[in-house]
Parts: sequence; C-alpha cells; structure tokens
Amino acid sequence: METRLPTRMGDGSLVTMTRSELRRDIEEGTLLGAKRAKVAPLTDDELEHLLEIFASAAAVVAVDLGDQLILSCDGTGSQAVGSRVDDMRHWEATLGPDLVEMYNMDYSYKAVKTIVNYEQQLVKNAQFMVTVPLQYGAMPDLGRYTQPDGPIPNWSTLLPLGRVAEARAAQEEAVELSVADMVFVADHMWEAGVDGVDFDTAGAAGDGDFLATLRAIEVLRQRYPDLGIQVGMAGEFVLGMHGELEYDGVRLAGLWPKEQMKLAAKAGATVFGPAVNVNTSKSVAWNVARALTIVKPCVDEATIPIHMNVGMGVGGVPMTPYPPADAVSRVAKACVEIGRMDGL
Amino acid sequence: MGMQGAHAFAAGMGGMRTAGDLVARMQMTRGMRLKDAKEYVAGKLGVSVMDLHDPLTMTERRGELQIGRIVDQDAFYAGEANAIEAKFRIADVLDVPINCVERFKDHAGWAAGRA
Repeated sequence: METRLPTRMGDGSLVTMTRSELRRDIEEGTLLGAKRAKVAPLTDDELEHLLEIFASAAAVVAVDLGDQLILSCDGTGSQAVGSRVDDMRHWEATLGPDLVEMYNMDYSYKAVKTIVNYEQQLVKNAQFMVTVPLQYGAMPDLGRYTQPDGPIPNWSTLLPLGRVAEARAAQEEAVELSVADMVFVADHMWEAGVDGVDFDTAGAAGDGDFLATLRAIEVLRQRYPDLGIQVGMAGEFVLGMHGELEYDGVRLAGLWPKEQMKLAAKAGATVFGPAVNVNTSKSVAWNVARALTIVKPCVDEATIPIHMNVGMGVGGVPMTPYPPADAVSRVAKACVEIGRMDGL
Repeated sequence: MGMQGAHAFAAGMGGMRTAGDLVARMQMTRGMRLKDAKEYVAGKLGVSVMDLHDPLTMTERRGELQIGRIVDQDAFYAGEANAIEAKFRIADVLDVPINCVERFKDHAGWAAGRA
C-alpha cells in the first residue's frame, strides 16, 4: 500500500494523498490549464519536479541558494499595530521584503483621491525612514464609479435587461473618470517622493477596468520616465463586460496572461503580475500545476519582470486568511524552479 | 508565521539583509528582468551574483558603501547612513535617480547649487 503524504487543498485544509494521487492531480491541473488558455502543458521533467516538491513531507521547502527572487509585497503591513509608517519600517527590518507598499485600507484609487493629501504626507514621512523602495498601491476599481456608489449607470443592472448599448456607454464613461483619478493620485504620490505605483487587481471589473489601467500607465510613463509601475491582475483572463474595448488595436476581452503582459509593457509598466484563481475544491498541487501552465508562456516572452500573484486565493496559495507556510513555500519554490519568475 | 514570512524563507532575496532592495530598484525603475538586475547590481557593488544573496557578505559591503544596514537590538549603526541618507548613496552606487532623494535636494535648496 502506498504511503499517504500530508498535503493541502485549495481551501487550506490538511489532507493526505498518495504519490500517485498527487501525480494524477498535477497531470490533470496542467492539462486543464493548457486546454483553457490554449497553451502547451508542462513538460514531463517539469511535472516530475513539481511532484517532488509536493511529495516532500517537509514543513517548509525552499529554493536553492542563489535562486532567490524579488518579493514585491502589495499591501505591506498589518495596519493593526502602530502606524502605517511603522508597518513599513517593521516589515523592512524583520520580514525581508525587497520593496514595501503603502496603502489605504480602502484600497481604491477613487477612494484615495478624496484623501490624497493625507496619503501623500504618509508616503513622504515613510520615505525619510525606509531604505528599501516604496510604492503606493490601490485598485483601479472601475465598479466603484457605478450607481449607487458612483455617478455612472450600473452596467451590471443594465446588461440583464438587455440594454447593451447603455451598459457599454456607461463603462466607457467610467473609464474616463477612472483614468483621471489614477493619474491624479499618482501625480500626488510622485510629488511626495514615491518610487513606484501599483495598479492592483487590474481588470477586476472587466475589460474597461483593464483599459483604464493601461491608459493611466501610458500617461504616467510619459510624465515620469523613472517611476516604477506595477500591474497586478485580478484574474487569469480579462472578462468581457463591455466586449469591444481595445488598446493599441487589441481587443481586451478574453486576453490571457501573455497578451496582458505585452499590453502592460507597451503602455509603460515595469513589473507585471499575472493572477490565476484558485479552485478551493482541488489540491494545491493541482492548482499550482494549472497556474504555472497558464503563466509560463507569459514568462517566456516577457520583456519586463514577472511577479506572479501568490497571495491568498491566487497562484495556488490556499484561499484562507492564514495560508499555511507548508503550502505557501511549495508554491514559491514551484514559481521559481518551474515558473522561472522574476518575483512574487 | 504569516504568508509573507513563508514566501521570504522559501524564495525571497531578503531585502536589506542582502541586496534584494537594490535588485528590486532596478526592476522597478528600469524594468530589468531578474538575471539582468542581479548582474547589474553585482557589477556596481563589486561583488559576485551569489554574494548578493549572502547576508554576511552584504552586511559588510553595505557598511563599506554606506548604503544602509538592518538596524535592530543587536546592531545599531547610528554613525552610519541609513534610510534617506543611505538612499543618496544608493542612487550614486546604482547610477539611478531616486525620486525622494531628488526631492530632498530640491527642498533643501541643494538642486540650486547650495551644496
């Protein structure tokens, strides 16, 4: 009888699986990812390597010395102890982040706009105190512009009524407001001395959300040649809430990470973060195999650094507020040794 | 141990403990991929790429270059550059402009030649 090995499910629960069961999950994950994204599955060597990572009984696994990569920590700090400037300093000294990110608990550029002077001063204060690079992050958050929270008719209520033209017009109007707000906040952060900005969960509200992000980046790149610009995606493909929006002649709806990266780089981003959502009913091994299969073509063709999104519920990290270190470390090791990422 | 700690132990360069912050700067400001950024930083610091990952080597080299070391209860470096002071030197060593350093100079009147 085969030995049963401790491993994790996508919801974080601890289960046991045999080596054969892990192999079956990994093979199934890569084949499904390949079919969905229309890319090649992982090679036999990569599958075997992934199996070795997940068949280990170690509490924490790690990459080889010299193979470490950059950790861009979106949403740095707990915001539960001390001030937000303290969060930056504490993490810098104790957790080894390669850069830190100041953020507001209401993680939306639209929300930050109304308190931008307060946020500016925090960034300025922090820049006196930290040595590692500091970026400011928030979400493009296009949905925030819709009624009842915003001024624009809500396309999520218009679409089920078949009012497609109105829904599309609403999204186009929201894109304009969103670009203006993101540029406004980034302008102020640059004035405060920030090293970079992060557009996190880009595309969360669909193709309009991603378009707004790309257009804001284009403006900022022209204004500030040395500004770091990171794009972290919301999901593995861009939802076609509008369906006809284009950037640089490319239709945004349905784009997968490789094409997302190309447009982000063209707009002027310096770091791109692909995101692949976790299936909580499948094992972490299954999820990592699927995620790396989808993202690998993006890494292979990248002209800018790729920082895979590996926070709660993406990239294979379990969907739980306290992802277990055994699972997180396996995801990280796989991202380095099979995914060949530039950062996480 | 939280998620950040797990990532840091498993795969992170280590930030200021090594040269992770310097490699990150080259990724952020110049869009350099990991290998290129490590080689660039190693060349500027006069160390090997492997040295960039070693806290002992980098603590010593960072002290020599005055580009900031981790400050904690076992090692205070009040007589050395850290934080904004260190970033003046990092900009010189890496040959990249750092926004807050340029603003510091401007606000202090140094950009107009007061230095």
